[in-house]
Amino acid sequence: MTNILSVQGLHKTYKSGVVALHPTDLDVRKGEIFALLGPNGAGKTTLISLICGLVMPSGGHVAVGGQDHVKRFRDARRLIGLVPQEMNVDIFTTPMRAVRLTRGLFGKKPDDAYLEQLLRDLSLWDKRDARLIELSGGMKRRVLIAKALSHEPEVLFLDEPTAGVDVELRRDMWKLVHRLRERGVTIILTTHYIEEAEEMADRVGVINKGRLLLVDDKDALMARMGKRQLIVTLQSPLAALPASLDRPGLALGGEGTTLTYSFDSHAGDTGIADLMRALQAEGIAFSDLDARRSSLEDIFVDLVAEDRSRAA
Amino acid sequence: MTGYNLRGMWTLYRHEMARAIRTSGQSIVAPVLTTALYFVVFGTAIGSRMATVGTVDYGAFIVPGLIMMSVLTQSISNASLAIYFPKFTGTVYEILSAPLGYGEALVAYVGAAATKSVIIGLIILATAFFFVDLHIVHPVAMLGFLVLTAVTFSLMGFIIGVWAGNFEQLGFVPMLVVTPLTFLGGAFYAVDMLPEPWRTVTLFNPVVYLISGFRWAFFGQGDVPVLLSLGMTGLFMVAAIAAIAWIFRTGYRIKP
Repeated sequence: MTNILSVQGLHKTYKSGVVALHPTDLDVRKGEIFALLGPNGAGKTTLISLICGLVMPSGGHVAVGGQDHVKRFRDARRLIGLVPQEMNVDIFTTPMRAVRLTRGLFGKKPDDAYLEQLLRDLSLWDKRDARLIELSGGMKRRVLIAKALSHEPEVLFLDEPTAGVDVELRRDMWKLVHRLRERGVTIILTTHYIEEAEEMADRVGVINKGRLLLVDDKDALMARMGKRQLIVTLQSPLAALPASLDRPGLALGGEGTTLTYSFDSHAGDTGIADLMRALQAEGIAFSDLDARRSSLEDIFVDLVAEDRSRAA
Repeated sequence: MTGYNLRGMWTLYRHEMARAIRTSGQSIVAPVLTTALYFVVFGTAIGSRMATVGTVDYGAFIVPGLIMMSVLTQSISNASLAIYFPKFTGTVYEILSAPLGYGEALVAYVGAAATKSVIIGLIILATAFFFVDLHIVHPVAMLGFLVLTAVTFSLMGFIIGVWAGNFEQLGFVPMLVVTPLTFLGGAFYAVDMLPEPWRTVTLFNPVVYLISGFRWAFFGQGDVPVLLSLGMTGLFMVAAIAAIAWIFRTGYRIKP
């Protein structure tokens, strides 16, 4: 598979001295859905903005479809559609005028049939001549998506596509993403929801504090990240784990009152049923069961700790 | 294919023009009304006691200055708003991420702003024919000066629009710099009507050269030689282009 996007040593330090992005390498394969996962302020938007030409890089190289994004910026940018995170719309324009403008700016011949289909796909056709000021927030976001797709890009950047979006639009967006992928469009999205990366992406990059910590196939990453814990609160404390309960991932804590069992939610056999049977066989009664997923924060703490120990 | 994105440039130009046409009521009526008021006050009320400046009837004498005054302010406000507004709403992301060269974006924005102010200048000129008896000596040169001035001040407006951090700053330069310079630039009087040292001081006012050149095109005589006017206008244009080149190279206030 060829790379549609290749980033080498890209970094950004603002005049204030804030390092928004440390030198970063990243390759995105043609036709894949790539999720950039990280908390707010991690540098996701900076990375996208650098690639799309909204922010001046402090150094490094970017190639889109093999075209250098500085030397051959016209060829590189022609391939890119960008849906920004902020609701950056001209409220006095209409959806139809908005998509025609973007298509023209990208140097594409007018194609009203394509634009009509696009607006229909995004449920904007009925509102095509309404001023954006009259449209709801969700509709405005649909307009931003329509604009990004108006020039038939090969790479679509979606910056926090589902932040503050209602369920219906989120569902439509995911459908759209899958439809675009079938057409061979590469999609790069940022999110701070693990679930979203899990649902949509083929590969995931984890970014925090301006550093791309790792890039991996989603399945591999989820296996690593998707640890879950089952917390069993016992009715009476145990002095020690009985031998029949001894198994990897199980620990006794809380002065003998809680059992914590870590398991891989993606494994075929999580071992929960077996643990329950063993508890019953030992006659250990419990008052509460709680399951929790390792949060994004835990994962970052782990990754950053790993990163530090590797650097040390 | 590399080459230029002429379609993109043309799209942006048309988009800017279309916005002006949708609001053509306010963008045309206001300057025409203002100018008509100037004609009534200066041309008719005061002018009737002034008779002539040199060999030119006072009512006609102020026409080039009035047109220039509108063209200067319109150019600056059109161009500064054209770039400030996308910055303000965030829609500038679209221009920055488009396969559009800086030169192409500049030609589209400045071209549209200048086109609008030239049209307004011509409408004011047409209005002037209702009030005074006018005969234009060098019509082609007149048009040339009009376009040159509109482009130069649209370039300056573009700089102001990029620089401005809020709407107050956007109005600040036109209000506090351009209007006084225009009033003191010989819109309503000939420079040699001033006593020294003001006559010499006035020669440091760039607007003097614009109005003088424009007046030469109308009446065949100006405050300074026409070539000097032309040279100075060209100099302002080069200075503005140099400043914009610097803005684009550094990303100043457009591209962090």
